Amino acid sequence: MSFVEYSELIQEGDVAIIFLGHDSMFPLMVQSGAQTQTRYGVIRHSTDLIGRRYGSKVTCSKGGWVYVLHPTPELWTLNLPHRTQILYATDIANITMMLELKPGSVVCESGTGSGSLSHAMLRTIAPTGHLYTVEFHQQRAEKATEEFREHKVDHLVTVLNQDVCKDGFGVTGVADAVFLDIPSPWEAVGHAKSAMKRQGGRLCSFSPCIEQVQRTCAALAEHGFGEICTLEVLLRLYDVRAVSLPLPDFGPDDPSRTDPGVPDRAGPSVPTNTAVTCRTAIAPREMAGHTGYLTFASKSLV
Amino acid sequence: MANNGELVDERFIIKDGDFVVLQRGDVYKAVQIQKKRKVIFEKQWFFLDNAVGELYGSTFEVASGGSLQPRKSKHPEIPAEVKESGMDNRNIVDDGRSQKLTRDDIETLKEQGLKGQEIVQQLVENSTTFRDKTEFAQEKYIKKKKKKYENIITILKPSTRILALMYHGREPGKICHLRYDTLAQMLTLGNIHAGSKVIVFETCAGLVLGAVMERMGGYGSVIQMYPGGGPTRAATDSFGFPEHFHRTLHEFPLCKVKALLAGTLSPDEEGKDSVDGPAAEHLDTTAGQLASSANEQRKERDAEDSSPEGMESSSVEPEDRDKEERERRKENKAQEKKVKMEEKRKKLSAAAALLQGRNADGLVVASRFHPCPVLLTLLRFVAPSRPFVVYCQYREPLIECYSKLREQGGVINLRLSETWLRHYQVLPNRTHPVLLMSGGGGYILSGTTIDDSASASGPQKAEEPAPKRIKLQETNSV
Repeated sequence: MSFVEYSELIQEGDVAIIFLGHDSMFPLMVQSGAQTQTRYGVIRHSTDLIGRRYGSKVTCSKGGWVYVLHPTPELWTLNLPHRTQILYATDIANITMMLELKPGSVVCESGTGSGSLSHAMLRTIAPTGHLYTVEFHQQRAEKATEEFREHKVDHLVTVLNQDVCKDGFGVTGVADAVFLDIPSPWEAVGHAKSAMKRQGGRLCSFSPCIEQVQRTCAALAEHGFGEICTLEVLLRLYDVRAVSLPLPDFGPDDPSRTDPGVPDRAGPSVPTNTAVTCRTAIAPREMAGHTGYLTFASKSLV
Repeated sequence: MANNGELVDERFIIKDGDFVVLQRGDVYKAVQIQKKRKVIFEKQWFFLDNAVGELYGSTFEVASGGSLQPRKSKHPEIPAEVKESGMDNRNIVDDGRSQKLTRDDIETLKEQGLKGQEIVQQLVENSTTFRDKTEFAQEKYIKKKKKKYENIITILKPSTRILALMYHGREPGKICHLRYDTLAQMLTLGNIHAGSKVIVFETCAGLVLGAVMERMGGYGSVIQMYPGGGPTRAATDSFGFPEHFHRTLHEFPLCKVKALLAGTLSPDEEGKDSVDGPAAEHLDTTAGQLASSANEQRKERDAEDSSPEGMESSSVEPEDRDKEERERRKENKAQEKKVKMEEKRKKLSAAAALLQGRNADGLVVASRFHPCPVLLTLLRFVAPSRPFVVYCQYREPLIECYSKLREQGGVINLRLSETWLRHYQVLPNRTHPVLLMSGGGGYILSGTTIDDSASASGPQKAEEPAPKRIKLQETNSV
């Protein structure tokens, strides 16, 4: 297993995702001899996991069962230990495409945070690209480094523990793309520019507030960035359900034909079909209405 | 050359024959650079000859005679900043006479070969109301006129971002109205990355295929399932992928899927060396080589049949030779046909071998066909614990898919979703959402495959391990 390469069988040292049901998953590190408790009973790694195929159904001690899934950046995003607020797959998808990331891309990112976006980027730029990620919080930087090693992607990433606004990304003239998710991105625009390749590249900044966006756009224009574009993407999830709509009763067809002398035997008419069932997709009662504004720009030729 | 003697990766230099994208404002057009070939873009015609040797991202101005002039200064001088401006529009009356230049005057200016920027300057100077407009209105006026009169074209390197934007803007019907943010979701939800084996079925002009290929970077393999006589790849070609990318691309006709699943794919008809079960794994590894040799063959053949034709046109010879020539060409054609058949057969068996392993790492569907049968059939080629993603312009067919998949089992994590995209105008004191937003970018059904085979022995049926949830699914809404 690796986050950048599929494998068929579960091995010792792998990170596997245990799927208990919709919205209920957790990651675990596979170790021979280890046991993991779930609400369906215990999972014994040596017998239940190691050597089995990813995607298998594993029966736990209480007779319940779970599925073991191969890790992907998207599953990781849903299960990772939060050290910060994180980016979710919807924003990540747009960032990846709009930054034009692909195998071989060199990317600079700050801050690393919980590594949600980092894993998705590493997946996309492998096997020949590289990620330089900068995190000013020492403990978070260390934790991220450890995770990258556990996930077998450490050869693709360099974690730097410094302040990107003061000290930049630690590289110059190498990046195809730069991503900023920091409180004051406008202070890092100059560093972002110098980190990028001479012939240009793409930049993205994620900010929750419009005032941050305005200052960033001003800084981008000042530094000669072109194609500045701010957008927002909202995810709508639907629940597929069968709903039934009752049919109204308009009474019998022709009231004049019913003999007024003889009282209606059946009483008020009871049609056999009083409701229609249809399958539909229902939008949730509440949804995330805002995550952050994504500002993209291109470094033009100098 | 635009590079001042500095070393620049040659991938960033525009070359003859390159597939590029022209940009003017927010309009794009994909073309191939061919010397002395007229290109029409945004009601203008020009030649791309001068672009060769420049760097990608360079901007050009269209000069008279259709030649492109590289623009030296990146920031155009803004027409002599008119510092005077009004506070509001209480005294601005629309009498239709504020512009003193007539239509004819403007045409004359254009014919004189005046640059766009100079025309804008003239328009500003001859507008009686310009000075009374607010600063913001002046900026807006200039921006609007610039858009109309300045002929600035940027040449970009194609990418999924640009081509998806372009297709959505120009020909949404050809890509089933797949909006670019939806395409982005598909690539991410499908976990498309280098080294995997991905099945793609699309009728989006090859845009989705191209997007998948870009993300795979020439590592791994892509099997395109196609309806009808052959795959459509107009958009894929626009990406201008290097030759080695095409070696990872395979194709398989949808009409032979049933035969393949039943193990009755006729070897005589389509491929003598077609696969037999146990050899599948082995063939799997050689498939790439097979395809590459087929490609080489094609190249050789191309070289062969282009040369005699070239000679023919240059030297017109007497009648008797003409007959001989015709005979030879006929023979060539027959030979060519045979080679083509052989090549097709090889390609088919290579693709069949890849599919037969039933261990694909992902499935991406985006077509005008009903997604239900496509998904239920093609999922059988996908390994367990792999993501799949289906796009449909409409929601109802995906609801059906969702229900059928639930019934059939073999998948978890089913998710029906849609994304909304909103653009913003960000300017000092004038920040707001852009007036128009796209009303529909299509819907996506995604999920993860699981291994169902073991469940037969188990006590429970193959369903999600949360029976409560399933009950909830059926419950009527309150």
